[in-house]
Amino acid sequence: MSDIAIELRGIDKSFGLVHANKNINLTVRKGTIHGIIGENGAGKSTLMSILYGFYQADKGDIVIDGKTVTIKDPNAAIASGIGMVHQHFMLVENFTVLENVMLGAEDSQILNTSISKARVELKRLEKEYALEVNPDALIEQLPVGLQQRVEILKALYRKADILILDEPTGVLTPPEADHLFRILGQLKDQGKTIIFITHKLREIMAITDEVSVMRRGEMVATRKTKETSVEELAELMVGRRVLLRVEKGAANPGEVKLAVENLTVRDSRGVTMVDNVSFNLRAGEIVGIAGVAGNGQSELLEAISGIRKAVGGKVLLNGQPIDVTAHVDPRDLRDRGLAHVPEDRHHVGLVLKFEEAENGILGYHHDKRYLKGVFLNTKAIQADAEEKIKKYDIRPPNPRLKTANFSGGNQQKIVLAREMERGPDVLIIGQPTRGVDVGAIEFIHKRIIEMRDQGKAVLLVSVELDEIRALSDRIIVMFAGRVVGERDPDATEGELGLLMAGVEGRKEAAE
Amino acid sequence: MSNPYAKLPGWAEYGLIPLINLVVAFLVAGLVVLLVGENPLNAAYHMINGAFGRGEYIGFTLYYATTFIFTGLSVAVAFHAGLFNIGSEGQAYIGGIGVALACLWLDKTMPWFVVFPLAIIGSAFFGAMWAFLPGWLQAKRGSHVVITTIMFNFIASSLMVYLLTKVLKPLGQMAPQTRTFEAGGQLPKLDWLMSIFGLNLGNSPFNVSFLLALLAAFGVWVLIWRTKLGYEMRTMGHSPSAARYAGIGEARMTIIVMMISGGLAGMMALNPIMGEQYRMQLDFVQGAGFVGIAVALMGRSHPAGIIPAAVLFGMLYQGGAEISFEMPAISRDMIVIIQGLVILFAGALENMFRPAIGRAFASIGRRSAVAAQTRGA
Amino acid sequence: MDFFHTIIAILESTIRVSVPLIFAALAGLFTERAGVFDIGLEGKMLGAAFAAGAVAAVTGNVMMGLLAAVLISVLLSLVHGYASITQRGSQIVSGVAINFIVAGSTVILGEAWFRQGGRTPALSGDARFQTVTLPFADAVRDVPFLGPIYSELLSGHFILTYVAFALVPFSWWVLYRTRFGLRLRAVGENPSAVDTAGISVIWLRYRAVICCGILCGFAGAYLSLAMSAGFVKGMTAGKGYIALAALIFAKWRPVNIMLACLLFGFLDAFAIRLQGNPLPLIGQVPVQLMQALPYILTVILLAGFIGKAIPPKAGGIPYVKER
Repeated sequence: MSDIAIELRGIDKSFGLVHANKNINLTVRKGTIHGIIGENGAGKSTLMSILYGFYQADKGDIVIDGKTVTIKDPNAAIASGIGMVHQHFMLVENFTVLENVMLGAEDSQILNTSISKARVELKRLEKEYALEVNPDALIEQLPVGLQQRVEILKALYRKADILILDEPTGVLTPPEADHLFRILGQLKDQGKTIIFITHKLREIMAITDEVSVMRRGEMVATRKTKETSVEELAELMVGRRVLLRVEKGAANPGEVKLAVENLTVRDSRGVTMVDNVSFNLRAGEIVGIAGVAGNGQSELLEAISGIRKAVGGKVLLNGQPIDVTAHVDPRDLRDRGLAHVPEDRHHVGLVLKFEEAENGILGYHHDKRYLKGVFLNTKAIQADAEEKIKKYDIRPPNPRLKTANFSGGNQQKIVLAREMERGPDVLIIGQPTRGVDVGAIEFIHKRIIEMRDQGKAVLLVSVELDEIRALSDRIIVMFAGRVVGERDPDATEGELGLLMAGVEGRKEAAE
Repeated sequence: MSNPYAKLPGWAEYGLIPLINLVVAFLVAGLVVLLVGENPLNAAYHMINGAFGRGEYIGFTLYYATTFIFTGLSVAVAFHAGLFNIGSEGQAYIGGIGVALACLWLDKTMPWFVVFPLAIIGSAFFGAMWAFLPGWLQAKRGSHVVITTIMFNFIASSLMVYLLTKVLKPLGQMAPQTRTFEAGGQLPKLDWLMSIFGLNLGNSPFNVSFLLALLAAFGVWVLIWRTKLGYEMRTMGHSPSAARYAGIGEARMTIIVMMISGGLAGMMALNPIMGEQYRMQLDFVQGAGFVGIAVALMGRSHPAGIIPAAVLFGMLYQGGAEISFEMPAISRDMIVIIQGLVILFAGALENMFRPAIGRAFASIGRRSAVAAQTRGA
Repeated sequence: MDFFHTIIAILESTIRVSVPLIFAALAGLFTERAGVFDIGLEGKMLGAAFAAGAVAAVTGNVMMGLLAAVLISVLLSLVHGYASITQRGSQIVSGVAINFIVAGSTVILGEAWFRQGGRTPALSGDARFQTVTLPFADAVRDVPFLGPIYSELLSGHFILTYVAFALVPFSWWVLYRTRFGLRLRAVGENPSAVDTAGISVIWLRYRAVICCGILCGFAGAYLSLAMSAGFVKGMTAGKGYIALAALIFAKWRPVNIMLACLLFGFLDAFAIRLQGNPLPLIGQVPVQLMQALPYILTVILLAGFIGKAIPPKAGGIPYVKER
């Protein structure tokens, strides 16, 4: 018996022209927590999918416990002792915890016997790992943290020795994440091997023993966590010194353009996602909203831009109220000077099957400029698109091309051009550079600053704290749906981090 | 990564693939012909001869095609907004009420060109109203149009039996139908059009509603690709979340689109009622609404594809009648099989041959690239 | 007493017309619970009825007829499965296609083989299902009230009738008390969960579709081997769609399905019985209204005016492996 749990040798995987994994080598020691870190699209998830039998590698070997194995489907992975906690939980929502844990691991055709056995086993696992959860609760009634616990139990129930967690903290509140880390620590003490995938450096430093860094499909380094630093890992991840600094002068804030008062929003399940939020946004400033994904930022943007109904509160645009608790027409808001770059450009900001020019008028298709009566003025639409293509350097410069065929950065430029060129009073931007290549990031940041300098009010939401700090004139931190603090952009990362984790905020809110 | 199929040139996408799907559907239909002990080639000969052999046959073919253009457009318009209207059948049936009312009211006093516009409005109105309810139910109550339109087909059928036996039937008549219309309720035939091509229309009921169908096809093209409403429909069809973002009201669009779709289906009733039988009979739609599904799928929801697809089905209906005359073993039900096969291969199995064709194109592409390189060197 | 006998007679014919609905709606239950919508119940039933009638007429053996019905229906299910599971085509389109293919072929083949205007030869003796008299049915006939209920209402049906009603609790048991049922329900809600648990989504859905085929086979066989003595063209006459309506009306639950089918069957039987006679208190009710009532009720239910029918979450969506 070696002390190596998993060894990957020369794993290679392509999807068409995309080379997702290039000659990956990885050694994971038994009884350790091994972090894998990399930016979005670095190939982490593909690699884990290969390990879990979702994809077959084009080349390379997987060695588990010293034996070369073929993992042709998740079944084979489970048989090799691999369990996986997916980023999006693989749970049947209207089943009980017990049924979910059992699913696929029932030991007889008739359920009754399986159920009683599973109940006993679940009790044992609960005790052994302190993973308490009511076996008869329906998944849809459990909070996210507990749902994740069910996923872990599923893996343990299948006697997994190696547990892969794919971005497990993305959906968790900080206390839930802390709890998860304690659980992982216990699992490690019991001899389980854990592979922890994340793009958050802090988590890597907090709980891993070793860390491997992926960049653009390659495994660029493996370090002992104790012997490395956040700075080194960040550099390995990005491939150059991360000095996200944007040239900008001092802000010159004018009158209040957007006032949000006591806004409260619930999601479709009735969970309060935005809780009594108030803030002001002035002309000529950029206000950044920082926070871990899922703390209400998305719902806040949706409520302000009229996509989602709020249950309480007021929003004033240019001093005039928007009836956010009734049906709001996004068109009306556009007419009143509000532009919105949505977080999800693939499904919301663009229609990927449209030609570029057609996307150039999305939401503004009522504008007389683009119409002749009830008909579309195709010539004007085309000319408008060509002008924006030039100004925003959108490539390839072809307004008739289907939008799906543009790269992420160019797609985002299509959205930005559409929303910025209207000269709105208020610009709301969600995740301006998600999935955007480095060159385009600089361009997009510059344009955002320009908007501010033209006296526009800009509200920025991003999960990239660096981006928030580089662009914002003021930073509002959201946690669990509430505004937990406001800081200057020169606040330290540590200070903001604590706020985002809900640590400082509670004190502040209590005061 | 998410696009598993190679990109194909436009002519392959819109020409070759539908053609292959169609050929396969006919090959399978040929097998059925073999199974009943007849020669498929003979059947094909009789069909084509029966559909185009004489001016009269062509007239019948185009008469059927007229009907299918309307129902095909009806289904296609809904497709563009991401809605599946299986209810064209019932909407066409109810649309007949509008035609019948206009004719019964004015046929004795007014010429056809006065009655016709009113009948058009009436048929479109009744068809649209019958589609309004499923549209409204989906928009406001969340019940899916696929299921409700199926249910509405049956409800329409019961309703029409009731109306034709109890309300619209003249006293003392046995058959469940309206009285026969006078001259004002009879559409002129298009013999002048046929005679341009040196053809004689004979007894076929090819009438002016064909021109209306062509006009409707053009109108649908303008609507979908050249108007604001069409833009909004396509946005919703491709991405409901983008539509919400753009301020396109899903509920409002669903209702409007269903009504347009139902209106087009309703206009189908003009052709048989005013163009052929000069009265409204029980079951005059005869499955044309369902043929519309096949036509829309074959024609890729584009008017330029729908018209030839409708003519194709017109050919099947007319030629099929001729086959059953020449080959008694093959009744007109053969068409129903072919229709089903076309729906299967052009609709549900539309992707079956795509990977192979994609590979073929890729290898041709590679070969010509290699050839270009060698030339270059 | 006359009134009582009328009631018994109506209920008896309710049972008779409900049986194919129960078979077909349970068939739909299996596939729709697995996430494959099926509006081709009508076509499968019709194909099965034809196969049953044809084979029973040729072999003179009712069991061969039943077997043929099941085989043909399963075959059609597999076509639907291939289109909607393997090729990931539209489930609605595929169902529509199958309905037409069957509607046409049964007539063409029937006419070619038997030349009786789309009918299969009339069945008798061993070629047709016989009614079963329950024990003591004759003995208790004269017992007041309970006697007629037992001997006229419950006894004297075809064996398939009893099978249909036995299938209701059996289907419930399969869906809720077996491993297959657990997985089947899971794949209709969240196929990714099933896939990551190491179970093949495709094979599971194919099995569900096959179950549907078997049950539609029974539905069709009942029509041509029990209810009628042979196949008549178009004999399903929309029963597949009523079954679909019943399935939705029952919110995809086995016992509800039986009740919904009995309700729709009762409306049918009642309409036939009325034949235009006025109802007490209500007056003249058009037969057509009675015939349309199942559909109207389903529409009203779907609209959420009486409860809410929530279909299986993954229904109608082809499964594509993502990451």
